Amino acid sequence: MRIDLEARPKRSALREILSPVVALIVAIVIGGVVVAIMGRSPLAAFDVYFVEPLSQSYSLQAIAVKAAPLILIAVGLAFCYRANLWNIGAEGQFIAGGALGGWLGLVTHDGAYQAIGSWWILPAMMLLGILGGVLYAMIPAALRVWLNVSEILTSLMLVYVAQLTLDWLVRGPWKDPQGFNFPVTVNFDPEATLPILFDGGTLHLGVLFAPIVVIIAAVVFSKTIFGFQVRLAGSSPKAARFGGFDDKRIAFAAFAISGGLAGLAGIAEVSGKIGQLLTTISPGYGFSAIIVAFLGRLSPVGIFIGGLVLAVTFVGGEDAQIALKLPGDMTLAFQGVLLICVLAADVLARYRLRFRLGGKA
Amino acid sequence: MTFDAQQVQDVLIIVVTAATPLLIAAVGELVVERSGVLNLGVEGMMIIGAATGFAAGYSTDSTLVGVAAGVISGAILAAIFAFLTLGLAANQVASGLALTILGRGVANLIGASFVGLKRTPAPHLHIPGLSDIPLIGKLIFGEDFFVYFGLLLTGAVAYWLMRTRSGLTLRAIGDNHASGHSLGVPVRRIRLLAVLFGGGCAGLAGSYLSLAYTPFWSPDMTAGRGWIALALVVFASWKPWRALAGALLFGGVTVLQLVFQTWGVPIPPQFLASLPYLTTIAVLVVLSIRDIRGAAAPASLGIPFIPDR
Repeated sequence: MRIDLEARPKRSALREILSPVVALIVAIVIGGVVVAIMGRSPLAAFDVYFVEPLSQSYSLQAIAVKAAPLILIAVGLAFCYRANLWNIGAEGQFIAGGALGGWLGLVTHDGAYQAIGSWWILPAMMLLGILGGVLYAMIPAALRVWLNVSEILTSLMLVYVAQLTLDWLVRGPWKDPQGFNFPVTVNFDPEATLPILFDGGTLHLGVLFAPIVVIIAAVVFSKTIFGFQVRLAGSSPKAARFGGFDDKRIAFAAFAISGGLAGLAGIAEVSGKIGQLLTTISPGYGFSAIIVAFLGRLSPVGIFIGGLVLAVTFVGGEDAQIALKLPGDMTLAFQGVLLICVLAADVLARYRLRFRLGGKA
Repeated sequence: MTFDAQQVQDVLIIVVTAATPLLIAAVGELVVERSGVLNLGVEGMMIIGAATGFAAGYSTDSTLVGVAAGVISGAILAAIFAFLTLGLAANQVASGLALTILGRGVANLIGASFVGLKRTPAPHLHIPGLSDIPLIGKLIFGEDFFVYFGLLLTGAVAYWLMRTRSGLTLRAIGDNHASGHSLGVPVRRIRLLAVLFGGGCAGLAGSYLSLAYTPFWSPDMTAGRGWIALALVVFASWKPWRALAGALLFGGVTVLQLVFQTWGVPIPPQFLASLPYLTTIAVLVVLSIRDIRGAAAPASLGIPFIPDR
């Protein structure tokens, strides 16, 4: 049997919006089958993964806190992927931002610098976070633009380097001397911690960065020349060069936006949620954000929704470990299945399948 | 600090064992890329090979069954990739990443009930007399069978790619799938076989880690080796024998960590652990400065193929 792809005569907006939805449904069905094979009730699992997280105030807050970094990172990745640049090292840029911004939280610990006031600490931490992510993303960007080295491999290798460096910092020079030798830093002062929005909740100020960035990015993509340049550089590089666009500048800008947003997500996580530096500060946000970016079809609004969906699976996955004794890696496996379904559905939105028996491929 | 000759042999043996999984995975991916397909999911196929390899090897108490399970599971993941990228012409980079994420998740699920268990490592060759030759006997005649298979594989692939008609066809569609198609070459079928072969090799390389190299299962035990194997293919300029040289180089970097640690060199272990990744970047940079890459990469690499009948 052979499969032939036939381009659909015209693009349908409805079909393109529906394709990630269909992908999600198919992924959930596959997940249900796997759960059944593991001897648990698929309906109970669906309830724990997708219904219960949406029905309680504390888990709704947990979803928002998890969705925010995913959305921030994925919006940045959309700039790169639209320009056909494969930055897959957002996890490393997230860590770089968290570490550089977190450094300021450490040096201002215990009221140091209180003499000149403390209002500047949080904004400076956020800026340092962005800076850390940008600088770290400049390495694969420069190697790609100037030396034509695959950004895929370099950005990924730098993830391991970032993880190991943070591990060294927190176990070594940045370790809390009074921490009973645990590999943790001191807790940040309240002045270096993003405030909680509602008393007794977990929702912190950093969560608000996500919707703001989504709106700005949506405007940039649809209303600015830069957004057009990014899209054109990716979809038809020859036309972009012919139009006189500076593709090197676009590549650096896309990497800078991507790294900066990942760095912002990193420092927001460190300052808003964790409140100190640990040897590990991310449960793989940088990689899950790749799925979010594709689930949202590389559009900021789509990514906003996609980020919420993935956050639900993170929160539901934690509950499922307790309620159904399902292993935590179920979530990771489900996310992988979801990405595969999204990619397949994306093709089916643009092409019609023709099955033929016999014949050569 | 001086080494005596015995220690030199011990170090070289570690270099070879560290190089073997990289070599096997890289040679498999090399064939895939020569056919014009970029499968970035090597890490995912390796980790699932490690998990199923150990699970099957432990449950049946047979290394061979473990190896078979590793190969098959790697090929199954590769088949999913082939369906996406060859059947549906989906983006190869994104599909490869999906494979890596899926492989990690499923491998950790499969491996969960095997954490902390140990089994005897895969047997080593022993030829009475030859294996006992001082200084070189163990290095040349006393390795585990994966090592010899890796060398055999490299030689076979090198011969097949460069000296046979079917190897030539594979390279031709990697450079220009449209011409191949117009000559009646079944482009997608050949690519499917190449992708499955690459998956099997990655799965085998993974099973080596959990059956011979460590020999136990631990989550994320591949630690980026799949990605390093991808870099090795570039390093090798898509030529099998150069992949062997590259694998030995990276094996050497791994051993450097151990040597530094035993010497007590005051370098943080985290820095030593990041050496393979930094070396990968450095090697890619040096290669691109010499501009070997542009000359050697298959011209159709990563470009989806939709036959217009």
